[in-house]
Amino acid sequence: MTTPVLKPGDALSLEAPKVTRTALALYAGASGDHNPVHIDIDACRAVGIDDVFAHGMLSMAYLGRLLTDWVPQDRIREYGVRFSAITPVNAVPVCRGTVVSVEDGLARLDLTVSLPDGTVTLQGRAVVTTD
Amino acid sequence: MPLSPSLIGTRYPEFRTSAERGRLRFFAQATGQHDPVYTDVEAAVAAGHRDLPVPPTFLFCLEMDNPDRGKFLRDLGIDVRTILHGGQEFAYHSPVCAGDELTFATEVSDVYSKKGGALEFIVRTTRVTRAGEPVATLTGTTVVRDPKAAR
Repeated sequence: MTTPVLKPGDALSLEAPKVTRTALALYAGASGDHNPVHIDIDACRAVGIDDVFAHGMLSMAYLGRLLTDWVPQDRIREYGVRFSAITPVNAVPVCRGTVVSVEDGLARLDLTVSLPDGTVTLQGRAVVTTD
Repeated sequence: MPLSPSLIGTRYPEFRTSAERGRLRFFAQATGQHDPVYTDVEAAVAAGHRDLPVPPTFLFCLEMDNPDRGKFLRDLGIDVRTILHGGQEFAYHSPVCAGDELTFATEVSDVYSKKGGALEFIVRTTRVTRAGEPVATLTGTTVVRDPKAAR
């Protein structure tokens, strides 16, 4: 992988695949998060939830892929998110990242995941080394 | 019944595990990761890794395998259908690869409520070490939406 120079204002985006029920089943298996709210509509309805919704960590994994597309993974020092809205089944999340500052060998990035209707589902940040 | 702040400081028994290559390949498939570094050991080694690298969020998956995590929620009477993941942070200290023997030490670092108790928050801090050396620190916030629905 080439080593990109990060400077304030640099931006990257990634459109995730549609979050189908199959995608949720696969993520449940691979991640080990078998919470039925993500895979079992009957269990959802029993507690008043209309339908399954995506694991927040699936969106965080897509956003992590945006980061590792940008810089080699070993340069990531911190990566954190706050989940602000659920991602309904069959949504298409879009991941975005922007470099907000570069100082003392560290670049700070603002990150979001949003849905086509503008709902921000995840807000995050990362710190990566500049080389 | 609100969660007691006395839960702060509760420690889960330490838990040891490692990431298997097969599971990392399955995780790459499930997250649309096409970079061969995450699935092909030769590509990983060519890129300077010791083995398949554990992706940025996968340590959370290993943390979830702690059998005491589910027990902790059950002991509090919390139905997993009433919880949401409020936030997750990672601080990375050293690269982690498939096969590394990792120890997870988790404790409850904060408990608080909002909206008059309608939302309760449990914050866990997990220190991950390899042969005693720190490799990562995870901080996760679980939101309990409506405890009454579970009782």
